[in-house]
Amino acid sequence: MATTTLTAARRRPGSRLRLRNSLIGYSFILPNFLGFAILTLIPVGALFYLAFTDWNVFGTASWTGLANFRRLIHDASFWTAFRNTLYYSVLHIPLTLGVSLCLALLLNRKLRGVTFFRTAAFFPYITSIVAIAVVWNALFSPKYGPINEILRFVGVDNPPGWTSSATWSMPAVIIVGVWREMGYYMLLLLAGLQTIPQQLYEAARMDGANAWQRFRNVTIPSLRPTLFFVTVMLTIGSLKVFDLILVMTNGGPGQSTLVLSQYIYKKGFEENQFGYASMVAVVLFLLCVLITVVQFVVNKRRER
Amino acid sequence: MATLTEARALEPALTAPPRRRSRRPLGRTGKVVGYAVVLVAAAALLLPFYWMVMSSLKNNSDVFTIPIQWFPKTFVWSNYVDIWSKGDMLTWLKNTLVLSVSVTFLQVLTGSFAAYGFARMRFPGRDALFLGYIATIAVPWQSYMIPQFILMSKIHLTNTLWSIIALQAFGAFGVFLMKQFFETVPEELSEAARIDGLSEYGIYRRIMLPLSVPAIASLTLLTFVNTWNDYLGPLIYLRSPDLWTIQLGLKSFISQYNADYAWIMAGSVVSVLPIAILFMLGQRYFVEGIATTGLKG
Repeated sequence: MATTTLTAARRRPGSRLRLRNSLIGYSFILPNFLGFAILTLIPVGALFYLAFTDWNVFGTASWTGLANFRRLIHDASFWTAFRNTLYYSVLHIPLTLGVSLCLALLLNRKLRGVTFFRTAAFFPYITSIVAIAVVWNALFSPKYGPINEILRFVGVDNPPGWTSSATWSMPAVIIVGVWREMGYYMLLLLAGLQTIPQQLYEAARMDGANAWQRFRNVTIPSLRPTLFFVTVMLTIGSLKVFDLILVMTNGGPGQSTLVLSQYIYKKGFEENQFGYASMVAVVLFLLCVLITVVQFVVNKRRER
Repeated sequence: MATLTEARALEPALTAPPRRRSRRPLGRTGKVVGYAVVLVAAAALLLPFYWMVMSSLKNNSDVFTIPIQWFPKTFVWSNYVDIWSKGDMLTWLKNTLVLSVSVTFLQVLTGSFAAYGFARMRFPGRDALFLGYIATIAVPWQSYMIPQFILMSKIHLTNTLWSIIALQAFGAFGVFLMKQFFETVPEELSEAARIDGLSEYGIYRRIMLPLSVPAIASLTLLTFVNTWNDYLGPLIYLRSPDLWTIQLGLKSFISQYNADYAWIMAGSVVSVLPIAILFMLGQRYFVEGIATTGLKG
């Protein structure tokens, strides 16, 4: 009898302390979490409701079930946007990864001016997209632009029309996308490279491994976590590409650079079809989450 | 969760001075090739900027010429005077500055505060909450911008500067960056302070914050630049011209004077210059901030 009261008495201050600590913990999280919940979590939840309504500019909505979805699968513009998003991603991801990996490998050596180059490489990434777009549009200008002038100089008779041509507008956008982001991913990869212990290379060299074999069997496996992370970020970044395209080509010429994010914007904010735009947004959402999950699963499996 | 382990793996590389690593010296040919590639890459990276600055100092008619003028015949500095009367630059810059400063202040304050909770406090649901923050990395803003807009218009924040502050100030980014850093601060310091009777808030303010100056600098710079450069948020929320930021202003300036490339380039230079200066001054913090979290706001 006496012992139970004793333990109860002893437990109570402990649990009160724990409660107090929890409350203090929550109080730290609260200011940020409140903003985060209201402005991110609630909208994400609401998206899945909106997508099944005909919400319009007047703010009146009625549940329309799968009507938006049925409209979506017969919407040619949606499929164009979908295809273009994949087109952009399929080229942009490996190109950026390849270029930034090459640069990172290069900068991971004893060369003078490496610090300067690291700074230079990062600069496009912190420059505003509007300025980037206007400069590149001028550089790409088909008749008088410096790029085509250089191409003509090296003997290309009919240089591409770049942003004024339906065939070349996407490659032009991809080039600018790679140019803009390579410095950023280079930085991440460089940080990963610098964690690889030098002894591994020494050992490989002892075993007679040549440069390619060292790259293949030391660098790549050691860099795997970083490569994985970079690929995930790069994939999401490519699937949601928007501002670059909006200011460079505005989806054109025609629909040649129309991507999913822009289609959401167009349907939502230009045509005020919030319900239908939300259905497109659900597709983008699921696409990003699905691909990220697949990447995580594949990565896990390879780790084993 | 991968982001965290990743970021931890990246950290030592940045804190250790790079020169100390023993790198094998290259052969002469290797060096020459290396320099050549670096040079070409640097040129490709910087030429657009060079062209922008040079064009901004030319006459409008000299921007596109065959052959290219790599250098202006005469420096037309007056372009930089003219643009102030061509557009409402001053208002745009003022709005952008107000937004960038308030967003940065809030992000650093609430982000570091929450990060302390996640890094140092123990309470039920902590890991689940943090997972919620992480999960939003995979969710593009473009997919929930519509419900967010509807919500903002319901609380009458659209077409006010407050909308952008609300939009940018509570991102998960600040929480990540600060949490990463707080976890490197030895627990013993807080323990000693706790024994001396300092409250958790006191530990946060008197011990963690002063020790986290580099991380705070990174977060401040990255958030500032991010808000300064944001185009989509202002595009959706700021409709009246007197609320425009420099990015929106520049965009309208471009469509208004679409043939006057020297002015457009001068305007672009003015919009980029503050960020360029900031970047030069604090480049170390940018690099560290990006590499420790692997994220941008």
